[in-house]
Amino acid sequence: MCYDAFNSMKAPKQNRRRFLALGAGLAGLTACKKTVPSEIGAGVRAYGERSPLEKAARDVKESITPGTGATRTPLQDLDGIITPSSLHFERHHAGVPSIDRAKHEILLHGMVEQPMVFTMDDLRRFPSVSRIYFIECSGNGGGELAGNPQPDPQKAAGLLSCSEWTGVPLSTLLKAARLKPEAKWVVAEGADACLMARSIPMEKALDDILVAYGQNGEAIRPEQGYPVRLVVPGWEGNINVKWLHRLHVVDQPAMTRDETAHYTDLMPDGKAQMFTFVMEAKSIITRPAGGQKLAYGPGPYEVTGVAWSGKGKIQRVEVSVDNGQTWTDAELQTPVLSKAITRFRLPWQWAGKAAALQSRCTDETGYTQPTIEALNAVRGYRSTYHCNAIKTWHVKEDGSVTHV
Amino acid sequence: MYRIAAALLFCAVTQAQNVGRPATETEIKAKDLTVLPSGAGLPGGKGDAARGKTVYKEKCAVCHNDNAEGRPGQYPALAGGVGSLKSDKPLKTVGSYWPYATTLIDYVHRAMPYDNPRTLPIDDVYAVSAFLLFKSGVITETLELNEKSILQVKMPNRDGFVPDARPDVKSKP
Repeated sequence: MCYDAFNSMKAPKQNRRRFLALGAGLAGLTACKKTVPSEIGAGVRAYGERSPLEKAARDVKESITPGTGATRTPLQDLDGIITPSSLHFERHHAGVPSIDRAKHEILLHGMVEQPMVFTMDDLRRFPSVSRIYFIECSGNGGGELAGNPQPDPQKAAGLLSCSEWTGVPLSTLLKAARLKPEAKWVVAEGADACLMARSIPMEKALDDILVAYGQNGEAIRPEQGYPVRLVVPGWEGNINVKWLHRLHVVDQPAMTRDETAHYTDLMPDGKAQMFTFVMEAKSIITRPAGGQKLAYGPGPYEVTGVAWSGKGKIQRVEVSVDNGQTWTDAELQTPVLSKAITRFRLPWQWAGKAAALQSRCTDETGYTQPTIEALNAVRGYRSTYHCNAIKTWHVKEDGSVTHV
Repeated sequence: MYRIAAALLFCAVTQAQNVGRPATETEIKAKDLTVLPSGAGLPGGKGDAARGKTVYKEKCAVCHNDNAEGRPGQYPALAGGVGSLKSDKPLKTVGSYWPYATTLIDYVHRAMPYDNPRTLPIDDVYAVSAFLLFKSGVITETLELNEKSILQVKMPNRDGFVPDARPDVKSKP
């Protein structure tokens, strides 16, 4: 059996190293007597699963504090721009609550003419929209900023995912309740055990925020906020409140724990920046990258990766193979979408010598991704949030790729 | 015919304005835990550090340790570290970092104890908050913390926060 041949190869971390293991896989196939089985295959099933040979997985790091911690998206294993829902990164503050959609409600109150309650069925009655947006935890790459570069794309930048989200514009709900003139902020609260809450300025609340119940065509996954969450395009992950159950319209930010004690950036002078909402433009090469190997020796390879900006569309991605000395424009996968992941690709002839691969993106505002040195020079080493530095992968002469 | 269809469509859109139901005062009161820096939303109650010490020992020390020093990497320190923010090893605690005392009432009330949230009587919320502020030297041991006196508490790092300054980093040399 070919599948058995595949399994018996036991190539270490074969699927996470798909980029390099393809050669070994082809060798396995040629060892098969039959590449197409003659017996009748498996039957139909109600909910599909991937091939058991595919092993791409979130990087699970259990926290010693129960209910907290994070998992990271395996960026090196993904193609295109959409993150499968099952591989969307996680970050929880009191675990994943088990919520009955039929009993779940959103209370909208405060500085509105008519406080309202919406059931999940109510949300379905409003005109819906679907949009593709990335969500990135503001702690993504925090280790890099602190002088601790991470060894592969997943660990370095895997607190990033991109989905098609479906729901109702938050502005629709706010208008239904009729805002009072003094309404300036909306406090969004989740129904997790800690009732995680964040304050959102009204300008953004009336702009492009979604009260989302759909993710990639089906109901949002429990760990992504089932049955309903906020999607706050381009803004730090934490403010995309999951398990949304209360919207409190107020005249000032609540200064909740998660917008003061956490998710603020301590600067070298002892002051801390707060309400750093927008995730600035960032990119990372996902193949070839740390933990992988250029398995075929010198010759043609594709350099590919992802770029994104909380300020809009990615306009340009440049790739350097000489540690930033010279740059070449990569091809951007179209359509390029605002506040979504943009896939870039560039053919590369590896000469078999040491190389340092970098990508650098520019968004439609003209902002270009900075170096880690430039970031550290301004923000120091003590903040672990909002790192969008250029990431370097070092190709060794033997074809191995590392982060140092 | 098209005009009728258009009129029906318009009706559907305006009906969407009436989706959902009005919230009652009772359910708002039951769910509204937001406390604002202005004091809006502060629940009525009172407590001091002496009572708070007992509450802390019974409800908090199991995670945050005997002297609110926390357990590194697991549960944060809640007191101490005042004046450390410019140092190489800044210790961010309630006392050293949090800009508003109202946040302490809001957070303890909504989220603590971590494994059994929203079970503390409101007087104990004030008391344990008073204890933590006393441990960081922010208030005296005998101050009764209540919905009025807490608004007089000035946190050491009250002026330590600045708005997002970005774009603060030049990208190209």
